[in-house]
Amino acid sequence: MPMAADDIVTLIEEALPGAVVEMRDLAGDNDHWAAKVTAPQFAGLTRVRQHKLVYDALGGRMGGELHALQLTTQAPT
Amino acid sequence: MSDTNQRITDIVGANDVVLFMKGTPLFPQCGFSSRAIAILDHCGVAYDSVDVLQDMEIRQGIKAFSDWPTIPQLYVKGEFVGGSDIMMEMFEAGELQQMMDEKQVAKAS
Repeated sequence: MPMAADDIVTLIEEALPGAVVEMRDLAGDNDHWAAKVTAPQFAGLTRVRQHKLVYDALGGRMGGELHALQLTTQAPT
Repeated sequence: MSDTNQRITDIVGANDVVLFMKGTPLFPQCGFSSRAIAILDHCGVAYDSVDVLQDMEIRQGIKAFSDWPTIPQLYVKGEFVGGSDIMMEMFEAGELQQMMDEKQVAKAS
């Protein structure tokens, strides 16, 4: 089962309080998502560390049931 | 250290720029791998690739090795850089090209 956008957003927001998550359906199939995550926790971290925080929030689903999530991360400006 | 970890260590040590990907540069088998190849081609650097679809040990092993859940994965001079999203962000910011220059990576011939 593909993951619903709302579930993805909820997991990220729960793990990263204060995060703003914008979801975009890339293929119109409810399965290929682009997520833009802006979170205060990202401040001062490398991109790899930022992405890993999001992957950790998704609890191992990344690369499994969630295979197609295009991710952009940034700290609030 | 497991045999697979040793093999991966050898691969990233033997090549300045290595992309672990699904498929080959000519025939990528996944959109993210295809995007990573396009970025490397735009950078104009020489690179090697490893098709993880041909090697299940590497396919699973590289995820643990890098502590990163997805493929493709880029290594430059033995250092993990990121997946295709990070490559794209860095490329658009000019940082990827800058990093290749600073690390004195060979240009594609």
